[in-house]
Amino acid sequence: MPDERERIEPERYELAAAPAYRFSVDRRDFLGLLGGGLLVVFSAGGQESGRGRGRESLPQDLNAWLHVGEHGSVTIYTGKTEVGQNIRTSLSQAAAEELHCPSGAVKLVMADTALTPFDMGTFGSRTTPTMAPQIRRAAATAREALLDLAAEKWNVDRAKLAIADGRITRADGAESIGFGELTKGQKLTKTIARDVAVARPLCQSAPKVAARDIVTGQHKYTPDLTRPGMLHGRVLRPPAFGATLLTLDAPTLPGVTVVHEKNFAGVAAPDARSAADALRQLKAEWNRQPSAVTSGADLYDSFKKTAEKGEGDVRGSVADGMASAGVKLLATYTVAYIAHAPLEPRAALAEWDGGKLTVWTGTQRPFGVRGELAEAFGIPEDRIRVIVPDTGSGYGGKHSGECAVEAARLAKAAGKPVKLVWTREEEFTWAYFRPAGVIEVSSGAGLDGAITAWEFHNYNSGGSAIQGLYDIPNRRIAFHQTQSPLRQGSYRGLAATANHFAREVHIDELAHAVKMDPLEFRMKNLKDPRLRAVLQAAVDRFGWGKGKGIGMSCGFEKGGYIATCAQVAVEDSRIRILRVVEAFECGAVVNPNHLKNQIEGAISMAVGGALFEQIQFRGGQILNPRFSLYRVPRFSDIPEIEAVLVDRPDLPSAGSGETPIVGLAPAVSNAVFNLNGTRLRSMPLDLSAAPSA
Amino acid sequence: MPGIIELTVNGTRRRVEADPEASLLSVLRDGLELTGAKYGCGEGQCGACTVLLDGQPVRSCILPVRAAVGKQVTTIEGIHHPLQDAFVAEDAMQCGYCTAGMIVSGVALLKKNPNPSRDEIVRHMNGNICRCGTYLRIIAAVRKAAQSHA
Repeated sequence: MPDERERIEPERYELAAAPAYRFSVDRRDFLGLLGGGLLVVFSAGGQESGRGRGRESLPQDLNAWLHVGEHGSVTIYTGKTEVGQNIRTSLSQAAAEELHCPSGAVKLVMADTALTPFDMGTFGSRTTPTMAPQIRRAAATAREALLDLAAEKWNVDRAKLAIADGRITRADGAESIGFGELTKGQKLTKTIARDVAVARPLCQSAPKVAARDIVTGQHKYTPDLTRPGMLHGRVLRPPAFGATLLTLDAPTLPGVTVVHEKNFAGVAAPDARSAADALRQLKAEWNRQPSAVTSGADLYDSFKKTAEKGEGDVRGSVADGMASAGVKLLATYTVAYIAHAPLEPRAALAEWDGGKLTVWTGTQRPFGVRGELAEAFGIPEDRIRVIVPDTGSGYGGKHSGECAVEAARLAKAAGKPVKLVWTREEEFTWAYFRPAGVIEVSSGAGLDGAITAWEFHNYNSGGSAIQGLYDIPNRRIAFHQTQSPLRQGSYRGLAATANHFAREVHIDELAHAVKMDPLEFRMKNLKDPRLRAVLQAAVDRFGWGKGKGIGMSCGFEKGGYIATCAQVAVEDSRIRILRVVEAFECGAVVNPNHLKNQIEGAISMAVGGALFEQIQFRGGQILNPRFSLYRVPRFSDIPEIEAVLVDRPDLPSAGSGETPIVGLAPAVSNAVFNLNGTRLRSMPLDLSAAPSA
Repeated sequence: MPGIIELTVNGTRRRVEADPEASLLSVLRDGLELTGAKYGCGEGQCGACTVLLDGQPVRSCILPVRAAVGKQVTTIEGIHHPLQDAFVAEDAMQCGYCTAGMIVSGVALLKKNPNPSRDEIVRHMNGNICRCGTYLRIIAAVRKAAQSHA
């Protein structure tokens, strides 16, 4: 049986159809483009994030490349996207550390389907464990090739050469040469050496690449781009999910293009205001057949009713474990649908040139979006270029390409470039949501605190981190797919948040039932040394055991071990999170300051899902599709946060963009119980809705 | 109806064709190609569109452009302030989409209160949303800029 920690949930919610065909970039064309220098190409052989999604997991010819130019510049080409997780910085660091050059000398060309090799997408915290090691190997291959060139040039033993600060120097100090001078006039190609020696990350903080452009307002996100003759687009949205367009009556307006094809209707106009005016003048008749399911208790019943049956993962005998238990518990937990609400809404700028299409868009899957465009317009992928400017975040919410397809459809009809920026209401309504879910847990424990039985059923929210690391002899763990009334998809951490919430609150309930301290109870039932170590690190820094209103949680997902301690107060039936200490271990630390930034950010974002975020819907309509109706965390909601980094320089680095979000909600729920005895089993945690203890 | 509107933006007189009822944000972005201020919500809830009007922070997405006529409009492109260095030093951003609005709001605060307390920063900045959750670093950056000024 494979190690449970190695399991990765299939990204069932990626909403991606594999494109029917893919044209690889022609290596010779690319070499011509670069001019002279040294090019290191990768032979993937399935190294990259093959995440078991049909044809997309097949190894591609190449999946990143590195070029040392004649002026000494180092350029890396990767299909990954920068959405705020700072991989433009960390991948630059990886190359610079191997090449022994300043990280400022390294430039990344990212997420441009015409220039970068195929990449499945930026999700699943895969960049650090899979792309960074490849870039390290490419940079190390380049380093060795540069040393060979210098040795040959000077006719000296290469062991007597030193490489530092972007230069190669003879040990006797007689000569020194920069990378650019070495590669001048050369047209060298190397394939990445699989056995080349690479170093562990140096655990060095480096400032965010392009931070200066951001603080001066110069960085161009997709909505900031323009093209000559560009029009502004708007799309007519159905009045409810599932509605179909029966008829459309559109007045003729000067300069305005109206498109109506099947269920799609939209306008393109010279400026945003006239596009909005034109949209208002469209008279549409819709056939509405909305789902009868609404948010609230009704939703959770519908999940149970429509759930697929399944035995799940069984070990030992739950019945035997229950029979031997001194304490038995049964509890139900729920999580609501929530929205990603990236501050940059979905946006795309599309331009046709003859039969060729270029689309600039903020997406986490540029090649997937290219496939969607190819399918939508029936043209080959090699006539489509998707370019992703560094984007105003995604959190798993920008995997699909509908905005790109809509902009391209409008541009095709108008014969001019069209920019489409979704309104906040569109973003809240027509994107997709983090799945809601119901989780039922039954368990038994001996009076000594050893858990003897564990049965865990997750309905709808997903299977990520469903296993947990508790050492339990008898267990049944199952995820049941259901019919979701709302469109749902990936969200930072996927279902690891829901599964940790249910598991870690339930563990707290069991600890209370056997009258043990929650820390002692966890330690008794956990053997994994890495998880025990982060738990110890968190409680040591937090000062566990002192004060009222304290709670904890711990867990594991996507290669990262996490333990969270929280302290809360209740004011006017409202939960206020006062202090959070979160310890995180993800192998060797790459950039400690940016790792802390990710942890702090994940905890701050988690405050929303823990305390107030919840999509409300009825009759196929979202009832709170605006920031004035859908509360997200603000300055005043943020507790004191301390991120404790547990560095393991001896272990490969795992990603950190997701897992730090999973610990807060259960720790806060447990802290509320510790404070006033009220057990909160639904996210968002709501004291006013809870039955009194 | 659209007409020629004269604005003073970042110290420069600019003439632009716009409907007087159009939002200041849309005129800045589409008419004057100043894209530093961002659209985030269109209802003044997120602060990504914040600009200064005679030194006061306003939500340009809900302000008709006619209201800016005769006043000094300052956008992130016209700001040169130690707070920008402090944001870089504190890594007070992830995706950066909220950053322009945060800096403009922060500059307005520091102008009227050169040494704000943590609570004063939170109260003043509470209308600016950062979805990446870099709030604590933004607070640290404002305090750092205050100290560097002092």
